[in-house]
Amino acid sequence: MSVRSSIAVLAVLALVGLLVFGLLSKGGSRVAVGEPAPGTSLPQLEGGGSESLADYKGRWVLVNFWASWCEPCKEEAPALEEFQRQHGGAKFTVLGVDTRDLTSDGREFVREYGLSYPQLRDGDGGAAHDYGTTGVPENFLVDPEGKVQWLLPGPVDDEYLREQVEPFLPQEKS
Amino acid sequence: MKTRLALIALAVLAVAAPSAAAAPRASLTEIEKQVMCPVCGTLLQLAESPQAQREKAFIERLIAEGKTEDQIKDALVAEYGDEVLALPQDSGFSLSAYVVPIVAFVVAAIALAFGVMRWRRASSSGRGQPAAAGPKGDDAERLDADLARYDL
Repeated sequence: MSVRSSIAVLAVLALVGLLVFGLLSKGGSRVAVGEPAPGTSLPQLEGGGSESLADYKGRWVLVNFWASWCEPCKEEAPALEEFQRQHGGAKFTVLGVDTRDLTSDGREFVREYGLSYPQLRDGDGGAAHDYGTTGVPENFLVDPEGKVQWLLPGPVDDEYLREQVEPFLPQEKS
Repeated sequence: MKTRLALIALAVLAVAAPSAAAAPRASLTEIEKQVMCPVCGTLLQLAESPQAQREKAFIERLIAEGKTEDQIKDALVAEYGDEVLALPQDSGFSLSAYVVPIVAFVVAAIALAFGVMRWRRASSSGRGQPAAAGPKGDDAERLDADLARYDL
């Protein structure tokens, strides 16, 4: 193969590579049931520390992506808080991820709805991208080994949580 | 001596004061042309989503606090990350967004110039050569003989 042909082939490969990279980085596919949940480390919404899903290993975690500007998030917040009050403990927690939101607005939302479960901040939407979300709210139930066992791309309510999520959880709250 | 120092201080103040006063006040209209609505994926100027409204309110709040345009953009980056900027920053890896197209343009221009030079050289050397010669040897004799048979 001549030098000129090699350069042409390399140029075409580079172009195809760029296109593939563009497509892949545009938006990942949603994490599927049975797959490991991404363990992106995120800052806490309140306070200076950071956390990742790995810090919750050994517990069931209902990861809830939300934003203060999202109306369905406001509707589901009381149900999530009630579910946390009923089941939250050493074996289960709801974990809120405030995504593409202003810190002050997120904190105000937490205060307004009296949310007691831990909250992380995903300002640039990196974690939401890793999970493959397409909007807010979205919910992922992650088992103690860190695998997704159930997901809902939309808001939950009391009935949904009772029927779909509760059966996964250990009977005794401790 | 004291009088001279006082005069110098006055002169410095006289030069500095107008420039400070002339520093443009940040405006929402200008900033929303330069930043994105991260959820909508469009310029904030064109976005009307609830998230965009919150972002605009945030910018207005910072303007009211007397923050400069750069300070406001920094605050937006702290909230939403680098992708909130419509134009990449001119430092670090983001600089490649400016450098790569320039390098690609220069390389393409050099390649084009090189190609044109080769093409011109090839065509000029072709022009200097005589026209294609006719048949030679036996072929030429046969052609002459054939032509002689015709009364043209």
